[in-house]
Amino acid sequence: MTTTISANPERSRGRETSLQSQRARAAFWFLAPMLVMLFFVAAWPLFRSIMFSFTDAEANDIFTGGSEWVGFDNYLSWRVRDDGSIRWRGVLADADWWNAVWNTIRFAFMSVALETVLGLLVALVLNAEFKGRGLVRAAILIPWAIPTIVSARMWGWMLNDQFGIINDMLLTVGFIDSPIAWTARADTAMIAVLMVDVWKTTPFMALLILAGLQMIPRDMYESAKIDGIHPMKVFFRVTLPLLKPALMVAVIFRVLDALRIFDLIYVLTPQSEATVTMSILSYRELQQFGDYGEGSAQSTLLFLIIALFVLLYIWLGRVDLSGERSK
Amino acid sequence: MANIQLRNVTKTYGAVNVIKGIDLEIKRGEFMVFVGPSGCGKSTLLRLISGLESITTGDLYFDGERVNNVIPSKRGIAMVFQSYALYPHMTVYDNMAFGMKLGGSSKADMEARVRRAAGMLQIDHLLDRLPRQLSGGQRQRVAIGRAIVRDPRVFLFDEPLSNLDAALRVQTRLEIAKLHHDMRDVTMIYVTHDQVEAMTLADRICVLRDGKVEQVGTPTELYDRPNSVFVAGFIGSPKMNFLEGNFAEAHGCATLGIRSEHIDIVPEGQEMWQGRVVHTEDLGSDNYLFVDVGSGEPLIVRQPGKATIPEGTVVSLLPRPGMLHRFDAAGRPVQMPIAAQ
Repeated sequence: MTTTISANPERSRGRETSLQSQRARAAFWFLAPMLVMLFFVAAWPLFRSIMFSFTDAEANDIFTGGSEWVGFDNYLSWRVRDDGSIRWRGVLADADWWNAVWNTIRFAFMSVALETVLGLLVALVLNAEFKGRGLVRAAILIPWAIPTIVSARMWGWMLNDQFGIINDMLLTVGFIDSPIAWTARADTAMIAVLMVDVWKTTPFMALLILAGLQMIPRDMYESAKIDGIHPMKVFFRVTLPLLKPALMVAVIFRVLDALRIFDLIYVLTPQSEATVTMSILSYRELQQFGDYGEGSAQSTLLFLIIALFVLLYIWLGRVDLSGERSK
Repeated sequence: MANIQLRNVTKTYGAVNVIKGIDLEIKRGEFMVFVGPSGCGKSTLLRLISGLESITTGDLYFDGERVNNVIPSKRGIAMVFQSYALYPHMTVYDNMAFGMKLGGSSKADMEARVRRAAGMLQIDHLLDRLPRQLSGGQRQRVAIGRAIVRDPRVFLFDEPLSNLDAALRVQTRLEIAKLHHDMRDVTMIYVTHDQVEAMTLADRICVLRDGKVEQVGTPTELYDRPNSVFVAGFIGSPKMNFLEGNFAEAHGCATLGIRSEHIDIVPEGQEMWQGRVVHTEDLGSDNYLFVDVGSGEPLIVRQPGKATIPEGTVVSLLPRPGMLHRFDAAGRPVQMPIAAQ
């Protein structure tokens, strides 16, 4: 029998392929439930909202199908008035929208920058060996574990202009003369939001960076120690480059998160134009005004902006999401 | 270039005693190998000498100067790590020059030193590569080259060959021996668990067991005159044969040791022991007979050439005169001369 097989390589190769296709089939069936799930919770809603953005759908006719196709009118349209002047309409001509875009990008940039620096510092501390390290590592996660609504409310009270502890402390120390209405004032609302977000999300960042730090072999540091290299130089020349892959992935997660910020701002500074973000604007349009067409157009733009940022970031930073190049 | 002295050095981690009082002198330019089973404290001892770990009690001297509290970079040492510890994001050149850049040496001087070290190890053509583009053996050479560039008084090796495959290990061993030859006045300390590496490289070997020095001596001394059952069993391959009970009592000791090459097959009637060959191993140049003489473990008898005695044969064995090692119940050698037989 063995001679037949070896004399007939054609056939044995055929067998191998069938074994491989069997594996591929099995893999497909294992993946199928997740693919179906993803289709219903991600692909379908995304597709629907993109479709809505090309119609004049309203809250009460999205299921009856009474809406009409309007092309790109929700994004940008114009009408020439009788006097010859042009009147622009649509999301792209909306000053509120551009305010929200600017707010979101400003928030994302500042919060992620602060969280990265602070997270790195915290991670470096947690990476050192000291007594009770396990406890500190667990404790530092608490802000992240608290639901955003709860922490936003909590900070809302702490920042309250009349009863807030923050004003009280600043007054006592003498940094300010009179209480500040942190969340209400246009010039401090963004600071308040940033403060809470940094407090809340730094632990997450620290944990991701800590995981990266622990991947760096101890030998590297010992070798540098024997060479007598200054710790700062070791940090910038050894730790940081070796940490870069982990850092890039952590930053990308946070940027994605920050660009679609909603809950914290919705609770902490609901009315402030200084902090309104793309998500909040689109929520208002959809839920409060029932304008599904324009709201969907905003959502779609938000999606595109986030996609653009991620692509830019991956391209600029050559982020290795698959982890293959890190070896 | 340094004479190293350890005086009653101990190291404890919390309640655990890892190094239990070591007195040792390593001479200038000597190649000293620390060998022992895993957990014996050999790597810890090396790290104490390097300064990466602090000494709990006792004194460490380099050329008569107490260096207990001198930081590693001021001790004039270079270390080759088991994992090579190369920086993956730097080229071979940068890896080798990294430690020097701060030293205030001029760029030309730096380059000359790197090139000289690279030339010694024949890695000149690899200077622009990244570590991940190198084979295991090449990485090991870069790690050694980086140590050479530092121009150290003391060269420390922490199991440098254990990540290499067998063939490469032999080759690299040869290169380390050559390095020692070329750098005659640099003291080298080498940690390994492989007694063959210890035997082939060392000027002197320090056998460690359970945080204490078991024996220090040249490879030949350790092989010919082990001063404990532990050293006798640890040094040499195949392992020394040990006989106990009546076999040992007949020679006035608790444990009788005999190396496999010191047993001859003799005609019946002249034997000291007799037994059946239960297994043979043919190594090409030599062959090992496993002979069951009724002592528990079979005796290993080394014969030159190919195996000619089939399994199942009963053979008569006679140890060569003066080659028996006698140990008392505590595992120490019995000094009395062997009684006339």
